[in-house]
Amino acid sequence: MNGIVIWMKLFWTFFKIGLFGFGGGYGMLSLIQNEVVEKQQWISNAEFTDIVAVSQMTPGPIGINSATYVGFKAIENAGMTRTQAVCGSLLASFSVMLPSFILMLLISAFFMHYKNHRSVQTVLKWLRPVVVGMLAAAVLLLLNEENLGTFSTDNLQLYVSIGLFALAFVATYFWKIGPIKVILLAGLLGGLFYSLI
Amino acid sequence: MLFDLFITFFKIGLFTIGGGYAMIPLLQREVVEHKGWLKDEDFLDLMAIAQSAPGVFVVNMSIFVGYRVRGKRGSVACALGAAMPSIIIILAIALFAGSYRDNEIVENVFKGIRPAVIALILTPTIRLASKAGLNKWTWWVPVVTALLIWWIGVSPVWIILAAIVGAILYYILKLRKA
Repeated sequence: MNGIVIWMKLFWTFFKIGLFGFGGGYGMLSLIQNEVVEKQQWISNAEFTDIVAVSQMTPGPIGINSATYVGFKAIENAGMTRTQAVCGSLLASFSVMLPSFILMLLISAFFMHYKNHRSVQTVLKWLRPVVVGMLAAAVLLLLNEENLGTFSTDNLQLYVSIGLFALAFVATYFWKIGPIKVILLAGLLGGLFYSLI
Repeated sequence: MLFDLFITFFKIGLFTIGGGYAMIPLLQREVVEHKGWLKDEDFLDLMAIAQSAPGVFVVNMSIFVGYRVRGKRGSVACALGAAMPSIIIILAIALFAGSYRDNEIVENVFKGIRPAVIALILTPTIRLASKAGLNKWTWWVPVVTALLIWWIGVSPVWIILAAIVGAILYYILKLRKA
């Protein structure tokens, strides 16, 4: 693919992903896979799986992580220089965020203006318990084998995971220790324990 | 102030490991408890809006908080701050380290972090439940919502839409006449 076309396609593809990506990171993944692997064929299925694995192990939202990675690979695989590939990364990340800016600024402006109207207040009052349920669902969904280790009674990782889960909960809920310290400590404990056994 | 927003969200982006919801405990700690930019109730409203809009959840949350605190410039500062760590780290991996995820020590560290992150999300869930105005008429709403999403696999977007439609009907039929 030559010249300007790939840049425009990169912009448009990630703009679309940002605009139609409902339901958070994992909901977005199928859309990204469809657009980037199947339609545009910028990266292979194996490279796509790599992104998912890397995203789980690095900080940051999957949407941004994959845009950055795909932007780089698409330009690199098109035979351009690595400097241009870095520009591809930045373009894809910017494009996936752009619809959020447009929509959220419109919603924010509307929300600030009508926040105190009784109809909006009623809607918010109804939504708050739902949001608590959403958070609880996130906790339940994350309690899976990928995060805790295989669910079998002779799996040491499962017991260590349950221990770290309980410790992290007590540390934040009762001892009021900040989340960043807990993440660093859990990483240190995990790194030491699994490396030494 | 803009720089403060940028740095705060850079920190949040840097420690959001394992999906958008991992941002919640950090955001609540930094934005509500430390900086006092938002109240717990605002936080719940914000989550409902950020979740029902398309796009990256973390970016949506950042834009919204930034806008509440400092208008359009604030929203740009927060969103850039939240996205920057991701972009830098993934670029570094794409440029230099192809085999980084095969590194055993890195994998071991993350085996420790993942279960802790789940507990970190549980803490604000309990805390926010007390601010959600739950009473004997509404206590079942979070329970049913959680079960629908977790067990049946319903998208949260539909539940939010249903709640909005329900609230509007209730408002039109009951409240507006009163």
